[in-house]
Amino acid sequence: MSVLRTPGGLSLRFRPRALGVGAGAALLAAGFGLVALGSGDYPMGPADVLRTLIGGGTPAEQFIVHELRLPRLVTALLVGAALALAGTVFQSLVRNPLGSPDILGFTQGASTGALVVVVLGGSSLALAGAAVVGGLGTGLAIYALAWRRGVHGYRLILVGIGVAAILTGVNGYLLTRAPLMDAARAVLWLTGSLDGRGWANAGPLLAILVVLAPLVLVGCAPALRMMELGDDAASALGVPVRRLRLVLLAAAVLLVSFAAAAAGPVSFVALVAPHLAKRLTRAPGPNLVPSMTVGAALLVGADLLAQRAFAGHQLPVGVVTGVIGGGYLVWLLAVERRAGRL
Amino acid sequence: MRPGDSRLGGTSLTLAYDQRTIAEDLTVAVPDKSFTVIIGPNACGKSTLLRALSRMLRPSAGAVLLDGRDIHDLPARKVARTLGLLPQSSIAPDGISVAELVARGRYPHQGLLRQWSREDERVVDESMAATGVDDLADRPVDELSGGQRQRVWIAMALAQQTPLLLLDEPTTYLDIAHQIEILDLCARLHEEQGRTLVAVLHDLNHAARYATHLIAMRDGRVVAAGEPASVVTADLVAEVFGLPCRVIDDPETGTPLVVPAARRRATTPA
Repeated sequence: MSVLRTPGGLSLRFRPRALGVGAGAALLAAGFGLVALGSGDYPMGPADVLRTLIGGGTPAEQFIVHELRLPRLVTALLVGAALALAGTVFQSLVRNPLGSPDILGFTQGASTGALVVVVLGGSSLALAGAAVVGGLGTGLAIYALAWRRGVHGYRLILVGIGVAAILTGVNGYLLTRAPLMDAARAVLWLTGSLDGRGWANAGPLLAILVVLAPLVLVGCAPALRMMELGDDAASALGVPVRRLRLVLLAAAVLLVSFAAAAAGPVSFVALVAPHLAKRLTRAPGPNLVPSMTVGAALLVGADLLAQRAFAGHQLPVGVVTGVIGGGYLVWLLAVERRAGRL
Repeated sequence: MRPGDSRLGGTSLTLAYDQRTIAEDLTVAVPDKSFTVIIGPNACGKSTLLRALSRMLRPSAGAVLLDGRDIHDLPARKVARTLGLLPQSSIAPDGISVAELVARGRYPHQGLLRQWSREDERVVDESMAATGVDDLADRPVDELSGGQRQRVWIAMALAQQTPLLLLDEPTTYLDIAHQIEILDLCARLHEEQGRTLVAVLHDLNHAARYATHLIAMRDGRVVAAGEPASVVTADLVAEVFGLPCRVIDDPETGTPLVVPAARRRATTPA
């Protein structure tokens, strides 16, 4: 832990290692991004990509980078960061490493909203909007069901798992009701895909991140750190426990819903990024900023792999995050078991 | 008791969880600079009272007053600078070191641009020294023994620098030597630092030995309050705990010592 102090009595505390992890992951994400911008049917070297980014290059290169590849990359970065931030908040609020939106049912709720639009027919904008509404509605329902003199960790997880199971059933039913062509499109959406994402997808997510990230990172992070000690201890330290939990749950549900609206319910990033960040920083406490950069790097890397792993055959990014995230989870459980912590 | 004698107390409190009423019309006062101990049988409402006094449970009627004002009208952070609490169970985050955990006690004194002042550093060092955990500063809390860990949590509460400190069963789960160690520590904090301490204790003899003020509760009512020597009598123990006993002088301290009646009397009369 290092401290910066000014003569005026101001002081800032930070962990050099966490700072390093955050910067490292951000660099990695930038590197992946550079490769992603340069690869495709029209390959470009990193130098050409950089020149095009700052306004040079041929009109064709301009179009390919700015209109085709950059929106997809930005969407990937934002979705990764938003999911990681939401996952970190959920995991610390419920004090359980499995407390991620995929498991608590918020992701399934967003899917239900989107599938309703697929069945009834509607534009992709309507689909994104319905995903947000579905996620938020599920969040409200879970909160109401889990409420008993406040909402506590275990009850939230158990209610969330129940709601997730119900919604998975509903989603299956909706898929059988959808016209065949639409059902195929819906399955692709349900896997989580960045294919063909434009600025219209990235915009709303960027807006919500600009509002919520400072609220969570600056406004709530110190209190969230105290929440780790238990509700009683946090409350004794002057944390308004109930209000904080409500605000943070709302913020995390919004982030997940908007991320799902932009790219579909990309699995496992919200679960894995916080773990990875914690392991790398070796710091107790919610490692919010390192988690966000790790999440962004993870998703951009996964999307690159999804586009390039099989020549001429693109995968939806959700397939890759599922395989990587699931594998990491199994490995983690095995390691923890061997260390006797599970 | 005159109101001027007490910074913390409750008047006509009704305490309830959901619809289950634990206590009705309960009035208590914590004398300033006292080491107040609340005793009573299981489920008599003593921990509930402590939760109400520490702002964690809102009374359904009546009010907890801190410095003459309803504690629920005061901002949480302001309360946390006046009144500290050692909860019955707290969670030490994975891998956190002793110094880092104790430092979290400074939270109510910190701000966005004042995250770690020299004052914070000094208070944390002092709190660790006062509880004898300064040698453990860099050790992970998960590796400590139960007694050491409890001292670390007390150090965290001390770092909060509150004139009032509430402790909810601080000796539970500790062996006898560590129980005495923690109680000696509390007595020292009370005497040397002039803090007002309020503790819920299970062991009547510990309470009688360490408290300067005792509150005996049963079924959500205060049965007796006052100095241990006047409160702890055979009649009161029979009334509060339903336990026949004799009360003798503690040979070490002269405070009351409760000796439960034997199931079968010894052949030589005492």
